[in-house]
Amino acid sequence: MIRSEILREIAPILRPHLVVCNIGLPSQELHSIDDQPTNFYMLGTMGLASSIGLGVALAQDKTVISIDGDGSILTNMGTLPTIANNVADNFILLIVDNGSYGSTGDQPTYAGKLTSLTAVAKACGCENVVECKDVDTGKVLQDAIDSKKMTIIVCKCDSGNIKLPVITRDPVNIRDRFMEAVKA
Amino acid sequence: MSISKKIVDDFVANDVSFITTVPCKQLGGVIEECEARPEIYHIPSNKEDEGMGLCAGAFMGGKRPAIIMQNTAIGVTINTLVTLTQFYRMPLPMLISYRGELKEPVACQAEMAVHTKALLAQLNIPTYHFHKESDVEEFDAILKYTFMCNKPVAILTDATFWGGY
Repeated sequence: MIRSEILREIAPILRPHLVVCNIGLPSQELHSIDDQPTNFYMLGTMGLASSIGLGVALAQDKTVISIDGDGSILTNMGTLPTIANNVADNFILLIVDNGSYGSTGDQPTYAGKLTSLTAVAKACGCENVVECKDVDTGKVLQDAIDSKKMTIIVCKCDSGNIKLPVITRDPVNIRDRFMEAVKA
Repeated sequence: MSISKKIVDDFVANDVSFITTVPCKQLGGVIEECEARPEIYHIPSNKEDEGMGLCAGAFMGGKRPAIIMQNTAIGVTINTLVTLTQFYRMPLPMLISYRGELKEPVACQAEMAVHTKALLAQLNIPTYHFHKESDVEEFDAILKYTFMCNKPVAILTDATFWGGY
């Protein structure tokens, strides 16, 4: 499965929760599959979906799911020790690990070669790290939500993209809508 | 009262309850004070752009954030300041150690110091420079201004302000 197929499958699971979605195609895909006020789309700043999601989770009680990519985690690898040492049991980091930089044309990442983000996350001190196959993502994600334990999911899947328009919604509107959803 | 305590008192009085820091000798007292206060969730970050991501999330989650960092971090965080903090119009007080000013012992710090104000001006970031100890009296008003206008705001604190490096 490619990322857009996974997002389509997990959209009903994501819907009741706060979602911080990675820059580029992941946000465009989620936006086109199931736009919700509870979704925060990153329009810039590669690498910070996990940090933003952790910040939201630490500031309030609702479940927060950050949808990140292997390339973005590699960009901001310092995020994993911060997550491990600041446990928020309402936080789930879903790393869609397709071994490539999708939004820029599927150039290979080191996570698709010798580097295991699962092993890195564990070595950083994250307690609940689950590596799964693409077809199992929905079940693993639902289990993580139900466990009420901070969980890092590394979903191994195929690289590949679908063609979609960019998000034109104003960033302040995205942020304001998300903040209203947080308070609701 | 120590300057560090006064600064953190102002943070608390302005309901700033989520503070991320990267280590700094000059700001060590403030960082210790943040860690000691029960009203503040202190979350050290590994790099300043990561810290700004944490602050953006905390703000959207309903808390008032702040970042404590060195001026060298301006070089690290320009993209984040522009495409996250400013683009989504979020407030962020940045308490900055202004290394490379008078009384600086490390030559390399001066290299970034000469670019600091120019970069902040280019980014249209409101900037305040604390040089004399009494300048700290404006800190409370600067925090109120930051959360009024929803912008990143820089407070540069130099070695003279801190009573020597």
